Amino acid sequence: MAVDTKKCVGCSDCVVACQTENNVPIGYCRDWVTEVTDGTYPQLEIEIRSERCNHCENAPCVRCCPTGASQFAEGGIVLVEHDRCIGCGACIASCPYDARYPHPDGYVDKCTFCIHRVDKGLKPACVSVCPTKCLYFGDLDDPNSDVSVVLKKRKWKTLIPEAGTRPQLYFLI
Amino acid sequence: MRTTRRQFIKVSALGAGGLALAGSSMKWTAASTLLNSLTGGVEPTRTPTYCEICFWQCAGWVYKDQAGNIKKIIGNDDDPHCNGRLCPRGTGGVGMYADEDRLKTPLIRTTVDGQDTFREASWDEALDLVAKRFKEIGAQYGPETIALFTHGSGGSHFGHMLKAFGSQSITAPSFAQCRGPREVAFLATFGDIIYSPERTDIRDTKCLVLIGSHIGENMHNGQIQEMSDAIDKGASIITVDPRYSTAASKSKFWLPIKPATDMALLLAWMNVLIENGWYDKEYVERHTVGFEQLKAHVKPFTPEWAYGITTLDPNMIRRTAKEMHDASPSVIIHPGRHVTWYGDDTQRLRAVAILNALLGSWGRRGGFYNPEKAHVPEFPFPAFPKPARTPRESYAGKYNLANEVVSNGMVDATIPSEGNTFNFKAWIVNGTNLLASLPNQANTLKALDALEFLVVVDTMPMEITGYADVILPECTYLERYDMIRKSGHREPNIAVRVPAAEPKYNTKPADWIARELGIKLGLEAFYPWKDIEEMLDWQLQQLGTSLEEMKRIGVKKFPREFDDLYFTEGQDISFNTNSGKIELYSSDMEAEGLPPMPVYTAHEEPPSGYYRLIYGRAPMHTFSRTANNPNLTDLMDENVIWVNPKVAKLWGLKAGQYIKLRNQDDVLSTFAIKVRVTERIRWDSVYMVHGFGHDNKKLSRAFGRGVNDTEMITNVKVDPAMGGTGMRSNFVTFVTEFDEKEAKA
Repeated sequence: MAVDTKKCVGCSDCVVACQTENNVPIGYCRDWVTEVTDGTYPQLEIEIRSERCNHCENAPCVRCCPTGASQFAEGGIVLVEHDRCIGCGACIASCPYDARYPHPDGYVDKCTFCIHRVDKGLKPACVSVCPTKCLYFGDLDDPNSDVSVVLKKRKWKTLIPEAGTRPQLYFLI
Repeated sequence: MRTTRRQFIKVSALGAGGLALAGSSMKWTAASTLLNSLTGGVEPTRTPTYCEICFWQCAGWVYKDQAGNIKKIIGNDDDPHCNGRLCPRGTGGVGMYADEDRLKTPLIRTTVDGQDTFREASWDEALDLVAKRFKEIGAQYGPETIALFTHGSGGSHFGHMLKAFGSQSITAPSFAQCRGPREVAFLATFGDIIYSPERTDIRDTKCLVLIGSHIGENMHNGQIQEMSDAIDKGASIITVDPRYSTAASKSKFWLPIKPATDMALLLAWMNVLIENGWYDKEYVERHTVGFEQLKAHVKPFTPEWAYGITTLDPNMIRRTAKEMHDASPSVIIHPGRHVTWYGDDTQRLRAVAILNALLGSWGRRGGFYNPEKAHVPEFPFPAFPKPARTPRESYAGKYNLANEVVSNGMVDATIPSEGNTFNFKAWIVNGTNLLASLPNQANTLKALDALEFLVVVDTMPMEITGYADVILPECTYLERYDMIRKSGHREPNIAVRVPAAEPKYNTKPADWIARELGIKLGLEAFYPWKDIEEMLDWQLQQLGTSLEEMKRIGVKKFPREFDDLYFTEGQDISFNTNSGKIELYSSDMEAEGLPPMPVYTAHEEPPSGYYRLIYGRAPMHTFSRTANNPNLTDLMDENVIWVNPKVAKLWGLKAGQYIKLRNQDDVLSTFAIKVRVTERIRWDSVYMVHGFGHDNKKLSRAFGRGVNDTEMITNVKVDPAMGGTGMRSNFVTFVTEFDEKEAKA
């Protein structure tokens, strides 16, 4: 997935859409908005980012999971199988992006890239709802996917690349 | 200030019946495993609606799970208002339905042991009482002394009932507290208004100029989407704002103007465009009158002149004028929406209109398009009786250019005063929390105290409901039909709202409430339809569709019948102004004894130690009506006050500290507000989001959270042209020592 920081206005629609699509309880979220302000008045810059699980290629959460609940699904999406999760929280501690939360029902929960929608040929809920169309989703192995095309065209960065997790969430800058 | 007779009741005591949480849509059974949730899915049912969380009224689909609970709302792909993408408030509309603090049953004011309180009542009893009082007041003072203050879809139902009863005293704060000055200014200049959704062709613009308009924080869905498209296509954005708004951060040019000096900048831009010949000469010659007068008028207003007033670099003023010229005619000097700022707002919006005329953007691609509405015939009913007096007569001789009824004019006329024989005696207030939407609360409270009868129809216990004699709980938009949405757009279109669920608790749809009341008032003849379904179906049949079809598609578009989307090049146009031309020199303004061309007036400055109070919007909230919505409160549950770091240092304010505010008239805020120390605000101003600081304990999530900006707005500058209430001449200082218990909920 790619997030265009030049278009995101930080409205948090992605957050509500995810909550209502995925039954995320009030008070928790699988995605969130970060705003970074730089400079002094009136020489200012803001970067606004819609953030979520980075679905890392080298995911510490999968490595450290004692039960195998955290796993790679087809296409590289990192998933938690709720029934196998014992809620130990090792994955939460290992994630450099703080992308996971303990669900009140006793398991750990996080962004699934709405795999249940993607399976049906739909986009993730956050991507479908975004009023600024700042979210691009698709198969990075397909050179013609929305996300591949925009990453070729634009400058981008990833978050905390030094953690070595090979994150798959790209921020267009 | 609390009134004596009309004691504020925090909808409590006898009233709060049935804290029933059953059926909350927030309580879906969580899927036991993710993998389970991916299999065996039954297609959920979907019902068409259009959103009621704000005035943009995006059409969407309401999805329910198998248990029949409302689960999510998704935009309708065919809807030009939203293009399949709702904003956070629309997506969070489920929270309005689920909110357990909703009004649940009719309530009637009563006195127990000398204390005012509400008691529960049946619909029959409550409506009987309203009908009885309306008949009495109608007989004694005339039906036209019963007024309706409204915002949103309920207005057409209550308006119909009231008109049938003989009153056309109907108003909405969306005019004189919001967009009125722009409509009046554009009407005077181009002979037409901006409408809602705005006719701005942002999609195809090359240059978008925002003056205090913070698109992206105000979540006017279609405009955000088009601004984003324009960014993709490389359009330049120029933002004028004392605050580094989200829009400013997306802009090629940000002009950090000194607040209250916008007019000086607008005049300087006119000067630069004209002096350099950077205006559309053919367009100006063909379509406008008064160019020579305007040229002479703006000659002294050089960028250097404006520099001393606005603090903006003169070269930047020239550079941005050139940017507009280069984009012309695909340029939009955006008229904004909430524009009641300083009391000369019609003048300022006239300046905006004139700039657009000079750049030739009105009626041009990438400027302003010609919207067209679907013509929806009305179900036949008898002609309304002619009211003995129109609402304008209550403020006769004032605000003559207003093209809608002036709410504050009617509020003032409710307070008895010498010489005014037209006083309103009863109000119906529907969907607008007047204590937050009208400035100068003391004045509003005086009017409430003067009323003989107040009916409030709402979904939530707001501040205004506490003053009611009768509270009628309407159901949310997700539980009812309403009239056909028919706003103008590039393509004429309609949208329907169909109930996705039965009304929760003992609530009723507005159309039912108004009709039952109408029948009790003996107005059966005005309701010749069996029910709203029959009426809607009849209307839709006239349009070649049906309620049955609309339930399946939600939105229907029609071909344009009248003019084109843009003017035809080289053709003369007849404008609906006195001269038939675009009036750079306004005959309307002149006839009212107002300057026919915009003039700069210096506005009040903050006293020492005070800061100008600027307020605005957050994308996840609408006015004060969403502050208790569980989904949206989850995103933002209080407003904060933005303070420049220099100012914070001076006052010893720390980020995260709670403070109270005191304004220039010594009004102390009821609650405390959290300090946000940020470089994004000028040192002479502070900023907060409107709609917080609720003072009704029945709002369990919103009570006491943040400060109500309206409480601080006591210095109101009324626009003589159209009655708009200028609210930006209020100044606050910081109060760091106060009783903590009292301040925090």
